[in-house]
Amino acid sequence: MLFQGSAVFSALIVLALFGFLVYFTLPLFSEGQFTELFSWHWRPFHGEFGILPMIVGTVLLAISAMLIAYPVGLGICLFIHGLGPTWLVRPVLFLVYGMTGIPTVIYGFVAVFLLVPLLRTTLAHGTGFSLLAASLTLSILVLPTIVLLINTQLQQIVPRLRLTTEALGISRIHELTRISLPSASYGLLAAAILGFGRAVGDTLIALMVAGNAAQIPGTAFDSIRTLTAHIALVVATDSQSTIYHSLFAAGLILFMTTTTVNLLLHQIRRRSSREGQSA
Amino acid sequence: MRSRLLSGLCLAIFLTFFSSLPAVSEELNQFANLQGEIDIAGGTAHIPVMKDAARKIMTQYPHINITVAGGGSGVGIQKVGEGLVGIGNAGRPVSSKELSQYPQMISFPFAVDGVAPIVNPVNKIDNLSSAQIKDIFSGGISNWKDVGGDDAAIHIYSRDEASGTRSVFWKKCLSRGDIVESANIVPSNGAMKIAVSRDHYALGYMSIGHLDETVKAVVLDNVAPTQENAINGLYPVIRKLFMNTNGAPKPLVNAFINYISGADGAASITSHGYIPLK
Repeated sequence: MLFQGSAVFSALIVLALFGFLVYFTLPLFSEGQFTELFSWHWRPFHGEFGILPMIVGTVLLAISAMLIAYPVGLGICLFIHGLGPTWLVRPVLFLVYGMTGIPTVIYGFVAVFLLVPLLRTTLAHGTGFSLLAASLTLSILVLPTIVLLINTQLQQIVPRLRLTTEALGISRIHELTRISLPSASYGLLAAAILGFGRAVGDTLIALMVAGNAAQIPGTAFDSIRTLTAHIALVVATDSQSTIYHSLFAAGLILFMTTTTVNLLLHQIRRRSSREGQSA
Repeated sequence: MRSRLLSGLCLAIFLTFFSSLPAVSEELNQFANLQGEIDIAGGTAHIPVMKDAARKIMTQYPHINITVAGGGSGVGIQKVGEGLVGIGNAGRPVSSKELSQYPQMISFPFAVDGVAPIVNPVNKIDNLSSAQIKDIFSGGISNWKDVGGDDAAIHIYSRDEASGTRSVFWKKCLSRGDIVESANIVPSNGAMKIAVSRDHYALGYMSIGHLDETVKAVVLDNVAPTQENAINGLYPVIRKLFMNTNGAPKPLVNAFINYISGADGAASITSHGYIPLK
């Protein structure tokens, strides 16, 4: 009863949040500011309030961070489950678990003081505050999420298969890549989706490292602004202005993204448990 | 690591708290028969001055409790308008839209702050005209060699639209001109200082109160951006700092505003790099 009550309560909070966001975004639709918001230029003092550059920036950053973090995370998991020496497994896992506890602001500061100047001097293009700097930093942030999810799944599968595969004379690499990983598809997908969600939702790294220029980046060395950083930057503006209202549109988009991520996860989990029963 | 930082911070707060104990002035007497709470929020430039005053008042009169929070100018006006705080600070005047939303709003200017263009100390540029700065910020000039410096791209750093610092720089130095979309945006005066102090080819702008040796203030149209030049009117890129109340201030809030506007407040304002309004 108590659990049901708290479940209903938290569901109501999410619904209330959604209602609140829609309520505050509604004036944008009715007053025709909608088309203003979905345009390509953010020049508030010229009456242009486009948040499309921020949407593009968010998507580019999340995808590029995942492109870096996902292969590395997968590699770490394979290393743990048989490709690396056994005595290194515990230290590596310890390190990854430890990484989950590091506050985001630490990554941001290290990036501002070390990574950004390094990129600026070695590339000799732009200020260093860029899509590249942010995606490198963000990939370190989402790495533990990816490793832990895939690892949890592999921990259930690998021990079950190992005796059989070794008896059949299948090599470790073949066992992992042809048998274990395909049967860990739920973990692989969940890691990708949850990692993406985490990358989209992060505020501080984007705000500190990405440069925050509201533009479509031409190269990875250009500055970008994400939706989350945009909210953080404009939240202190005049609360009666269109600048301020754009905040709710950005919030609504972020909320819908994370909701989609969660629904997808739920769907995958259900499917995987169904397959687990039939197998 | 974190806890050590925290305890260091506590110690620092503790020390500043008690080192100021002996300094009791007559201006504090106006609080003698008052008690209650004042919540203050808003502009971040105001915080050092507000905290100084709050500490002195609360030390002398423990029945008075004053809290100081940031949030930015827009937040300050919104909070005081909605009655959430007693004083809402802003680094810009209340806009006409805000005034129509909160018609009772009263503004109390108490200090002047200058905004200076800044470069990295290794940059050999010392002097720029406002025309040159306008050209750079609008994208017409993109290399330091075009204004007499090294052959290197100019890295422009600007502030977000909520910033009072940006607002005054944009109005009085850029004459409401364009700022290129590719300019990096930093969220505070502190972040601006970090960014410019570590980038040899940076150009940014920041509050005179925040200037130190890690960045170099550029002489604008042959006028150095100093407190003296801001006081005697030679340096044009200045703004007022405001305290706002919703309707006429209550006795305690009124006493606080009087205190900030008095001699004690003026000393504190000067010590933090701002200029008291007479």
